[in-house]
Amino acid sequence: MRALREMSGTLDVERVRKDFPILHQEIYGKPLVYLDSAATSQKPRSVIDAIARYYLDDNANVHRGVHLLSQRATEAYEAAREKVQRFLNAAHAHEIVFVRGTTEAINLVAQTYGRGRVRAGDEIVITVMEHHSNIVPWQMLCEEKGAVLRVAPMDDSGTLLLDELEHLIGSRTKLLALGHVSNALGTVHPVRRIVEMAHRRNVPVLLDGAQAVPHLAVDVQALGCDFYAFSGHKLFGPTGIGVLYGRSELLEEMPPWQGGGDMISSVTFEKTTYNKLPYKFEAGTPDIAGAIGLGAAIDYVNALGLRAIAAHEHDLLSYATDALRKVPGLRLIGAAKEKASVLSFLLGEVHPHDIGTILDREGIAIRTGHHCAQPLMRRLGVAATARASLAFYNRREDVDALVAGLKKVREVFA
Amino acid sequence: MKSELRDLYQEVVIDHSKKPRNFRKPEGANRSAEGINPLCGDEITVYLKLSGDVIEDIGFQGAGCAISKASASLMTAALKSKTKADAEALFQRVHSMVSEGPKSNVNPEALGKLAVLSGVWEFPARVKCATLAWHTLRSALEGSGAPVSTE
Repeated sequence: MRALREMSGTLDVERVRKDFPILHQEIYGKPLVYLDSAATSQKPRSVIDAIARYYLDDNANVHRGVHLLSQRATEAYEAAREKVQRFLNAAHAHEIVFVRGTTEAINLVAQTYGRGRVRAGDEIVITVMEHHSNIVPWQMLCEEKGAVLRVAPMDDSGTLLLDELEHLIGSRTKLLALGHVSNALGTVHPVRRIVEMAHRRNVPVLLDGAQAVPHLAVDVQALGCDFYAFSGHKLFGPTGIGVLYGRSELLEEMPPWQGGGDMISSVTFEKTTYNKLPYKFEAGTPDIAGAIGLGAAIDYVNALGLRAIAAHEHDLLSYATDALRKVPGLRLIGAAKEKASVLSFLLGEVHPHDIGTILDREGIAIRTGHHCAQPLMRRLGVAATARASLAFYNRREDVDALVAGLKKVREVFA
Repeated sequence: MKSELRDLYQEVVIDHSKKPRNFRKPEGANRSAEGINPLCGDEITVYLKLSGDVIEDIGFQGAGCAISKASASLMTAALKSKTKADAEALFQRVHSMVSEGPKSNVNPEALGKLAVLSGVWEFPARVKCATLAWHTLRSALEGSGAPVSTE
């Protein structure tokens, strides 16, 4: 069934929408048009049910109890880890560390791998398109160590300048950290090539996959990256759960980050022996329900098929791009050749905040502001943009509603 | 158009946002403060030329949404040649009007042109836009010059 659907590459969007209860409501008397999935995605009923079922039937602490509930909870939690492993095609399940989200995953790497390896005068390379969560942890590390943050530039379309990036990677570079897909512009970076480029100079690479996993199939072994981070809530799973993938050799040599229960093998007041991977990095009771919910989200995405999802979104993105280009006074920000489902734009002199308020009253949810990418906004010479972001449950009617809403905006500011 | 939207974006608001009054640094300004709204990146600087307790001149510069620009523009128009005490009293009344709406005991009609901001309370996400300039004014009046943030 799945194979058939993937082969035909089609996705029945009306059927898919039935799986998302939240989409079927009115906002200020208008049908909800949700175009903010890059901020957080909506959740299918199967995810909500999996979380409820866990609390209704199986709730217990993991890795501790001899009783049946604890065994069931542990099995479900570890099964979720294996689902993530297969989803990313990681070589081992113990390379999957559950964290709160992408932000925590990056901080974990900065505070363990980074603090252990980076010395005064060393360099960390990022790009101008990064989300604050892939800037600030490195700034904090650089400040502590007297290291230097180097920033790779882009051109005006939002395409990374690979030659410039390559020049920045030098003998003092200890890590290259970049997004797989830009949250503000939607640019999909050629990360496989970039990883090769860095590895030729023995520089490890961390990829922030928060905006990539909902849209494209990720194979960490094929990419060759050393770390990969993403959040459950952008992948149709719950908030509060995320993933750090790390190659086992690197994770093995990294010290633990937080101390506590579950991350130890034995504790005396003289000495503590740390637990094996991945538990060394999972101190305290984890978000068990969150992991199970994320596992259910991965099941859901797999059932639709990432190829079918990508085909649907590609079609929708080009439809939306054409439709927005026809709106008088509208300027699309970000025109890279390879783009995921993000449309950042400006409308004449109207401030994005005002666009967002007027669209909201039409039932249309978009994001406005700096998208947690203030350095990028500065590079673009704008204070903020309006951003419509698409997911597989969006359809052409949603784009049409957006275009009609923008007409209202123009009327208000006529 | 929906009436709440028209309440928010009244013609005077649109006019002041497109052609802000006193959008300059007044000559002889001796007080200023910066205000930012980190959520949306709005930035504004309010300048005062204080002579004793009297605001002889007032202006502002910066970038922001229609609500924050119109509010700043209307504020500068309302406060020229007023005293510090007048400014503080007006701050309280405007703040009450835009954050509490009908529950506030401020009668918008008594506020002159500033009454056009009375629709803001129906948009809780926008109250900070309308009050940014006023908080910044307060910082400038106090003379601390400390940057103001809505967060």
